[in-house]
Amino acid sequence: MLVTERERLKDDIATWTGTLGKDRTALIPILQEVQRKHGHISDFAMQVVADQLDIHPVEVFSVVSFYSFLNFEPLGRYVIRLCQTISCDMAGKDRVATQLENDLGIEFGETTPDGKFTLQWASCLGMCDQGPALLVNDRVYTKVTPDMVHEILEACRKTFGVYALANKGEGH
Amino acid sequence: MIATHTAPLTFSTIEKDAGLKKALGMKRSDLIAEITASQLKGRGGAGFPTGVKWNLAAAAQAEQKFVVCNADEGEPGTFKDRVILTDHADLVFEGMTIGGYAIGATEGIVYLRAEYTYLRPHLEAVLAARRTKGLLGANVAGKAGFTFDIRIQMGAGAYVCGEETALIESLEGHRGEPRNRPPFPVDTGFLDRPTIVNNVETFAWVASILFKGAEWFKAVGTQRSTGFKLFSVSGDCTKPGVYEFPMGITVARLLEAVGGEGAKAVQIGGASGHCIPATEFGRTIAFEDVSTGGSIIVFGPDRDMLEVAHNFLEFFAEESCGQCTPCRDGNPKLLECVEMLDNGVCSAQYLQDICGLGETMQVASKCGLGQSSPNAFLSIVKHFKGELMGRG
Repeated sequence: MLVTERERLKDDIATWTGTLGKDRTALIPILQEVQRKHGHISDFAMQVVADQLDIHPVEVFSVVSFYSFLNFEPLGRYVIRLCQTISCDMAGKDRVATQLENDLGIEFGETTPDGKFTLQWASCLGMCDQGPALLVNDRVYTKVTPDMVHEILEACRKTFGVYALANKGEGH
Repeated sequence: MIATHTAPLTFSTIEKDAGLKKALGMKRSDLIAEITASQLKGRGGAGFPTGVKWNLAAAAQAEQKFVVCNADEGEPGTFKDRVILTDHADLVFEGMTIGGYAIGATEGIVYLRAEYTYLRPHLEAVLAARRTKGLLGANVAGKAGFTFDIRIQMGAGAYVCGEETALIESLEGHRGEPRNRPPFPVDTGFLDRPTIVNNVETFAWVASILFKGAEWFKAVGTQRSTGFKLFSVSGDCTKPGVYEFPMGITVARLLEAVGGEGAKAVQIGGASGHCIPATEFGRTIAFEDVSTGGSIIVFGPDRDMLEVAHNFLEFFAEESCGQCTPCRDGNPKLLECVEMLDNGVCSAQYLQDICGLGETMQVASKCGLGQSSPNAFLSIVKHFKGELMGRG
């Protein structure tokens, strides 16, 4: 990690403890901000948060390790979470899963080498009447069919790289 | 997100904030007495009488008390709270405000599951509008001296946090591991202060009951399960979605309404509920018979029940918090047995032993998750044994 990047992370955490507070109750909201902006919660981030909240970093680690929406490892810019619970399973989530793996060239639990996409399983997303369902970051897609997978991925790809320039989108 | 219920819910007939204004004109004890008289029971699944819970919290002595709305709807097959929060968020916040007045709290917290993050901007907008209208903040709705506000805290992806003490642990910034009970949250809750934790639907019914009266609510349903209930229906049926029925409806009647005739079984109460075979479709959905937080999953005639059991146990093995041994180690053993059945290498004796383990988990686990996780497996073994044995 570059020094400048560390400084930025430290500044961010200081800002969040300023708005969210330094009580233990603020721990998860702060970690969610770190996750949202930095894509993961690194050892360094956990140490800084622990210092700010005056708790042991192991306490922070124990919390991060518990929740499935908090991650130690860097995730892709788009995290795709496919619901694997019963109703989506019965509605045909397996074929959607296969197509996602085929189109991205990775398996569930992995991130594409370009760091753009992560594929994860999710427990019930609460879209059981409209399965199979998946989340792309916070956005929900329902009644997903294998042929829709390409469209969903393209919608993501349009926001970065040459596509973004062509579309004058929010390119990075 | 579009609501998927097929008919308008009772909630859409409730005049906004009329119940709150009525409540603020009542004495606290009369208000709680009204809720108690309606015999409203918790709509999240556990079915604890709301009036009793509020009375305990109101009687507790403390400088500060809290109202928590459990919007961590994680039970497989449940999505009614998503629809309520989308279409009737005002009613939920109104119910929370009534709760605040009833027990003497100044702060309300909505614990919203991470999977519903997309709902947050909508909910924040509704809260902001309520503040502008003077329905939140100092002197709520002109009631001198009653201050109450609501904030939203996001969950971070853990099914067990739907259990109220685990939810409180999570709100406090800890791992979502359930606490020993007693003490109960009504006297030792969030930050060790008296706290009422109620389901989204329960709060919406509270506001409705205040507006329409306890008698109106009590006139519907059965003697021991009063009122209406929202059901989340999914699986092998032609019309999945959210439905509202009086408590005490039979499984058969419900299946007819949702286009699920011909089903061979129905899972009532989600993964932690029970699997009811076709021979028992005459049973009623009520706290005294088959109880549910609203999840109804229909299994058609061609559905492989072993696959169903497999899916449920994968879910529990993943979502067990790992704190107590029966649940942490029991669920993987049950899952392993399902895999053995699938491979055709499970003896009848071993299956019987594993069912014994399931029964042990029901009594020895610390919280509702481990106590109820073997339910589906045990009921599938009981009713569909012939389908499970001799594979391979």
